Amino acid sequence: MTVREKLREKISAGFYWHGLLCASYPVPIILFTAVCILTCCYPLLKLPLPGTGPVEFTTGVRDYMVPPQEPSGDPGERPDWYRGPPVAYIQQVLVKAAVSPWDSKLVPVDAFRSPLGRVFALLDEIRNHVHSDSSGVRSLEALCLHVTDLLPGLRRMQALLPEHGCLLVSPGNYWQNQRERFDSDPDLLKTVQQHEPKGLHTSATLKDLLFGVHSKQTGVSLNSRNRMVTYSVTMALRRYDARFLGSLRLRLKQLHPSANCTLREEHMVHVHFKEEIGVAELIPLVTTYIILFAYIYFSTRKIDMVKSKWGLALAAVVTVLSSLLMSVGLCTLFGLTPTLNGGEIFPYLVVVIGLENVLVLTKSVVSTPVDLEVKLRIAQGLSNESWSIMKNMATELGIILIGYFTLVPAIQEFCLFAVVGLVSDFFLQMLFFTTVLSIDIRRMELADLNRRLPAEAGMPPTKPGSLRPRETPPPPRHSAHTITLQTPAFRNLRLPKRLRVVYFLARTRLAQRIIMAGTVIWIGILVYTDPAGLGTYLAAQVSEQSPLGEAGLAPLAVAPVFPHGDPTSTLNVLPPADPTPALAENLSQGHGPQELDPAAPLVPQISWGPEDEEGWRRLSYRHWPSLFSYYNITLAKRYISILPVIPVTFHLTPQEALETRHPQDTRHAPPPHTGPASNSHGAALQTDLTLYKVAALGLATGVFLVLLLFCLYRLLCPRNYGQNGVQHGRRHRRDLPCDDYGYSPPVSEISPLLLRGHSMDIECLASDGMLLASCCLAGQIRVWDAQTGDCLTVIPNNGLRRCSSSGGWEHRDGWDVGGAAELEALSGADGEDEGGGLLGGGEGYPLRRRVALSRPTLFRDQPDLTPLIDTSFGQQPPSQAPPSSSGFDFGGLVERAYLEHEPSASLAYTPPLPQPPPQSTQRRRSLGDQPTAPPDWDGAVWALELRGNLIAAGRSSGKLELWDAAEGSLRCSNEDSVSGITALAFLNNRIVAARLNGSLDFFTVDINKPLGLLQYRGESTGGGRGSMPPSPCYSSDDVISCQLTRSVQCAHQKPITVLRAAAGRVVTGSQDHTVRVYRLEDSCCLFTLQGHSGGITAIYIDQTMVLASGGQDGAICLWDVLTGSRVSHVYGHRGDVTSLVCTTSCVISSGLDDLICIWDRSTGIKLYSIQQEVGCGASLGVISDSLLVTGGQGCVSFWDLNFGDLLQTVYLGASSEGQAVRQLIVLDNAAIVCDFGSELSLVYVPSVLEKLD
Amino acid sequence: MMTLVSAVLSGVYLSLFRRGLVLFAVGVLLALVLNLLQVQRNVTLFPDQVVATLFSSAWWVPLCCGSAAAVVGLLYPFIDRHLGEPHKFKREWASVMRCIAVFVGINHASAKLDFANNIQLSLTLAALSLGLWWTFDRSRSGFGLGVTIAFLATIVTQVLVYNGIYQYTSPDFLYVRSWLPCIFFSGGVTVGNIGRQLAMVNVEKSHND
Repeated sequence: MTVREKLREKISAGFYWHGLLCASYPVPIILFTAVCILTCCYPLLKLPLPGTGPVEFTTGVRDYMVPPQEPSGDPGERPDWYRGPPVAYIQQVLVKAAVSPWDSKLVPVDAFRSPLGRVFALLDEIRNHVHSDSSGVRSLEALCLHVTDLLPGLRRMQALLPEHGCLLVSPGNYWQNQRERFDSDPDLLKTVQQHEPKGLHTSATLKDLLFGVHSKQTGVSLNSRNRMVTYSVTMALRRYDARFLGSLRLRLKQLHPSANCTLREEHMVHVHFKEEIGVAELIPLVTTYIILFAYIYFSTRKIDMVKSKWGLALAAVVTVLSSLLMSVGLCTLFGLTPTLNGGEIFPYLVVVIGLENVLVLTKSVVSTPVDLEVKLRIAQGLSNESWSIMKNMATELGIILIGYFTLVPAIQEFCLFAVVGLVSDFFLQMLFFTTVLSIDIRRMELADLNRRLPAEAGMPPTKPGSLRPRETPPPPRHSAHTITLQTPAFRNLRLPKRLRVVYFLARTRLAQRIIMAGTVIWIGILVYTDPAGLGTYLAAQVSEQSPLGEAGLAPLAVAPVFPHGDPTSTLNVLPPADPTPALAENLSQGHGPQELDPAAPLVPQISWGPEDEEGWRRLSYRHWPSLFSYYNITLAKRYISILPVIPVTFHLTPQEALETRHPQDTRHAPPPHTGPASNSHGAALQTDLTLYKVAALGLATGVFLVLLLFCLYRLLCPRNYGQNGVQHGRRHRRDLPCDDYGYSPPVSEISPLLLRGHSMDIECLASDGMLLASCCLAGQIRVWDAQTGDCLTVIPNNGLRRCSSSGGWEHRDGWDVGGAAELEALSGADGEDEGGGLLGGGEGYPLRRRVALSRPTLFRDQPDLTPLIDTSFGQQPPSQAPPSSSGFDFGGLVERAYLEHEPSASLAYTPPLPQPPPQSTQRRRSLGDQPTAPPDWDGAVWALELRGNLIAAGRSSGKLELWDAAEGSLRCSNEDSVSGITALAFLNNRIVAARLNGSLDFFTVDINKPLGLLQYRGESTGGGRGSMPPSPCYSSDDVISCQLTRSVQCAHQKPITVLRAAAGRVVTGSQDHTVRVYRLEDSCCLFTLQGHSGGITAIYIDQTMVLASGGQDGAICLWDVLTGSRVSHVYGHRGDVTSLVCTTSCVISSGLDDLICIWDRSTGIKLYSIQQEVGCGASLGVISDSLLVTGGQGCVSFWDLNFGDLLQTVYLGASSEGQAVRQLIVLDNAAIVCDFGSELSLVYVPSVLEKLD
Repeated sequence: MMTLVSAVLSGVYLSLFRRGLVLFAVGVLLALVLNLLQVQRNVTLFPDQVVATLFSSAWWVPLCCGSAAAVVGLLYPFIDRHLGEPHKFKREWASVMRCIAVFVGINHASAKLDFANNIQLSLTLAALSLGLWWTFDRSRSGFGLGVTIAFLATIVTQVLVYNGIYQYTSPDFLYVRSWLPCIFFSGGVTVGNIGRQLAMVNVEKSHND
C-alpha cells in the first residue's frame, strides 16, 4: 500500500467520522459555527465603513505651513492624507448685496440686477490688486491656479468657464465678465437658468459653480422674499501667500465694509476627497458582479434531489460569504489592514474560493443509497468525496501560494485573503454546510413519510381499487424510503417559447411589479428633485460622514485637531456654537450675537452669521471635484484647502437700481403682496407650505396613478388565466398537472371512449392492435374491438362461478397475499355479477352498472382483513411449497377475524338483497372444514396475452388457458405446473410463462395452420356483441394444442416479476436482482445480466434489440443484448422504477417518486424530468417518437418529448378522483387504451394521426 | 434522403450562426468593458461622458474583438472534434462563468495594479494566464490554440501600431505592451471555453431532437 493510498484511506475515514458527528449533533455544531463566524467577524467592526464622502481637517490660518511631504512624527493628530501641498487653495469672496430701502416703484428684477452688476467692479478690483512689500510685487496672476483647456466634452461651457488663465469664477462669467453684455441682457434669469440641467441631477450645477453658494441662497429669483442677493467670487490659488491674501482681504473690507460682520476668519479647512467611483468605473464593477451572480446561479442550479433547493443554495452562498468575512476579520485581527478596494476584489475572491466543494458534497451525499440512515448517508457521502476535496484544496492553495510569490503587494494581499478565506471556507463547509445538509436530508425523509402515509392509509380498506397491480410487486421496503421530490413541479419542463414568456409574465406578475417599481421610482424622483431638498439633505448626510460635519459636529472635531493651534480660538468656538443647525430658510435670522428684529420687514438687512463662514458646506460635496474635473484635474485621493471667506457687503440705493434697469425688466409683474407672510419667518413658513403642498400633490398623483394602473391591469389581465369557464370549476386546481403556471389546459376535443362492462377493477389488459382483451378482478375476460370499442366476447370465469360459495382460500399464494386476500373478499360478489352479466343479454350494460352499484353493500358483512396482510415479504420464503395446498394456511387467522367480526356485522347489517346472508354464513362454514378446495376452481387471471385470435390467460393456479377471442370458447389449457403464472409472453407461436416459483415455461402452440394466417381483422366486425362474426382464419374445429416444450426450473432464485419478449428474445427480470435473456427458439439462456442492487421492476425490449431495465434501487440500466454488456447505468429515481419505454433517441422512465425522467439513450445523460402529482400512476406509453402519454389520476396526459411540454390532458370520466390509470397500452393506430377503474378507456389521438401521416 | 441531409445541414449552419452571434456579442461586450478598465482612472467621469468613454477607442476595435471571439469560439470545438479528443474537463456553465470572471480579473489586475516594472507585470500575467488555462482547460489543443492566437494577435496589433492606425497611450518596451500576449492568451482560452460550452449545448439539443 503506497503512502498515497494510506493517506487516502485515512482522510476518508476521518471524513466518515466527521460526517457521523455532524449528522448526529446538528444543532450544537451549527451554534458552534455561528459563534466562530461571529468571533472572527468581530474585528470587522473596527474597520471604517466605506464611503466616498470627503474628509475634512481644520487648521488655523495664522500659523499655517504647507504640510511636509513625509509624514511627521505625530501621526495621531493629522490625518495621513494631509501631506504635501494641496491641489489648490480656494479663496471665496462672499458678496451679499441688497437694495435698501426697498421702494414700491421697484420691480422684482431690480432686487438682483444692480447687485449682480456690482460683480464686475469687484472682479476688476480683485484682478488688479497688487501687493508689494519687501519680497516683491505680487498679483493674483502670479498666485492663482492657471488652467488650460476645458475637457473636450465641455465645449458648450467654453464661453462660461475660464480657459487659459486664472481659475476665477463668479456670476459674471455668465456674461463673459463684460459689463456691457450684462447691461444689454434683457432677461438675466433666462441667461442664468438656461444652463441648468433638466430633471434629476446629482453633481454640481453650473449655477452653483459660478455663484459659489447654494442656488437657493442666491436670491436671484423673482419671488425672493428678503430681496438679498448672495454670491461669491471664487478663485483657486496655486500658492498660499498670506501677505497677499491679507492685503486683498483688507482692501476689500475697506472698500465694502460689512457693518455687523463677526466672521472669525481663523480656520482653514482642508478637504480630502476619496476616489470617486464614476459610472465608467462602475461598469466593469457591475460586469464582474453580473458574472459572479451568473456563476452562483449556474452553480446552485445543480443542487438537486434535496428537500429545499433554495435553502441549500442559500446555505452555500452563506458559507462562501461568511468565510470571506471571516478571512477579512482574521486578517484584521492579526494586524493586516486591508488596503484593497473591497468591493472590487470581492467577486474575484468569491470566484476563487468557489462553490464547487459544496456542490460536490451535496451531490455525493444525495447519491448515496436512500434507504440508509441519514447519519450514514452523510458520512458515506463525505468520505466518498474526501479525497477529491482535499486534492482540490491542496491545488488551490498551491496556486495561490504561487501567486504570493509574484511579489506584487496587491496580489500578495489578495492571495493572503484568499488563503485565509479558503481555509475558513473549508472549515465552514465541513461544519456548517454538512450539518445543514444533514438537516435537510432528514427533513426530506420526514416530510416524505408524512406525505406518503395518508395517501395509502386514506384508502377505504375494502375498495377494490386499492389492490396493487401485479406489474409492480409490493415493494419490500417501507414507504418511508420511497422518496419524492417536493413539488417544484414542472421546473424542468420545457414549453414553447411564446407560452413560456406568457407563463413567466403571468407567474411573476411582472407587469404589475414593473408598474409598481416604476411608480415608486417616479415618486422617489419627485421627492428627490422636489425643492424640499431631500437631495441636498442626502448630500449633506453623505458629507457628514466626514468627522467634521456640519454645524453640530464641528466643535467636536475642531477641539482635538487643534492642539498646537490657537487655543483661544478653540475655546471661542466651543461655547457659542449652537447645537441646532441653522435652517436654510431663515438666513437673515442669524444665530450670531446681533439678533434682528423680525418686525422690520421691508428693509432688507444684510447680516453675517456663523453659517456664512463656511457657506461652501451647503454646496454639493461634488462641487469642487466637478469644478476641477472640467479642467482634467482630479481631486481623488488629494485635498484642497479652503481659506476663510472674505465678506463683502453692497448696499444699493433705489436710484442705483433704477439706473441699471433694463427696459424690458418691467415686463415682469410685481409679485403678489402677501401681507402677513411678508416677514421672513412667514416667508419661510410659506415656502414650507408650498413644498408640502407639492409633495402631497405628487404623492396623491402617484397613489392615483398606481390605483389607476392597477385597475387597468386587473381589467386587462384577469387573474384566472386561461381557466375557461365552468368546465374546470369542478376540478381542484391542484388536480391539473400544470397549475404551477396558473394555467389549466383547455378541455380537449378528444373525448375518450369508455368501454364499460366489467364489474370489477380491471386487472389485466392485452392487445394486439386490433383486439383488446381485458380481465377484471372477477376473472371475467372480455374481448373488445380496438377500433370501435364494441365488446365482442365475454368469457365468464366459469370455475369461479361453479364454486362461488367455497371461495378460493386454498389458492392464495405466499407471494401475493394482498391480492389473494382481496380476491377472496370479492369472490362473493363475483357470482352476483356473473349472474347479472349472463342475464343481461341485450341491455347488459345498464343492468351491469346497476349491479355494480349495489356492490358495496355486499361487503358490509366482510371483516376487515387488511390487518392480516403481511407485507414483509423478506422473511417469507418464496413459495416452493407442495402443489394444490398453499405453503401457509391463513385459515385460523382469518377465521378468528371473521368470528370477531360476526356480532357487529349481524347487528349492523340490514340485507338489501336476499342472497347475502346465506352466502356469508355459507362462507363462514366452509372456512374451517374445507381447507382444500375443489380442484375445479381456476384461480384468478394473473396474466393475459392476446395474439391473433387467441387469448392466453395465465392463472394463479398455474393453469395456462388458450381461449378463442371470437367465440369465447376454451381451446386448450395446460396444467403442468401449479405455481401461479405471473407473466406471459406470446410471440409467434410460442408462449412463455413466468411462474411464481421462479421457473420459466416455454410452450408451443400447434395448430394445423400457421398462426400468422390467423390474424383476425377487427374492421370486419359488424359491431354489436350479439352479431359475432365467424372467426375468419380457422374454423373452430381446428385443433389447437399447447405443449410445454421446455421448462427452466430455476430461472431465477426469486419470483419473476417482469417478462418481455421481442426480436426472438425473452427477457425476464426477477426479485433476485438479475435480468436474464433467453432465446425464444431454443429457450436457451444467453446472458444473466447483473448490475442492479434491487429487484427488477421494469424491462423494455423492442425489435431493435434495445434492452433497458429498471429496478427497485431506482437505477436504470441499458444493455447490449448481443454481447450482454452494460451500456449505461444511471440513477434517476428514488424508489422503484415502475415503467420504462424507449424511443429511438431516448429512454423514458417513471418511478414511484412520481417523476418521469427522459434520458438520452446514447449518452445516458438525463435530458429533463417531469414531476407529476403524487400517486398519479406510473403508466407510460410512447405514441410516436415525439409524443409521450402518461396516465394520471383519472386522466391521461400527452407530452411533447422534444421539449417536455404538456400538450393535452384528457379526462376520462366525471368520477375521476381517486382512480388512477395503472395500465396503458398504445395501439398501432395511435389510439391508447387504459384501464380506469372498472372501465376501459379508448382514446384516439387525432392530431397524432396527422403527424404520423 | 436529400431533404434529410439539407435539413441537417441547415440545422447545423443555423446553430453555427447562432453560436457565432453569441460569441460575437460576448467579444464586443468584453472589449468594451475591458477597454473601460484600461481608461486612466484619474479622470472623473460624468454620466453624459460615459457613453463617449465607452466608445473612446476606435469603433472598429470592439467589432474586431467580436469577430475574433466568434472565430476563436467556433474554432475550439471544431479542432476538438477533428483531433478526436472531445473536451470533457469541467463542462458546465458555472465553470465557464468562473473562467470569465478570472479573465476579467486578470485584465483588472493588469490595468489597476502598480507593478515595479514591466518584466514583473509580464511574468505575473503570464503565470496568471497559465493558471487560468490549467484551471479551466487543461487540454493540449487549447493551449496550442491559445499560444497561436496570442502570437498572431500580438503581431497584428504590432503591425497596426507600426502603421500608425492604432496607438498606445504609452508603449512599454520594444513597442509592445508587455501584457498584451498574456491577455490575448487568456482571452483565447476563455472564449474557447464559452464556444465549447455552446457547442455542447447544441449537441445536447440535437440529441434531444
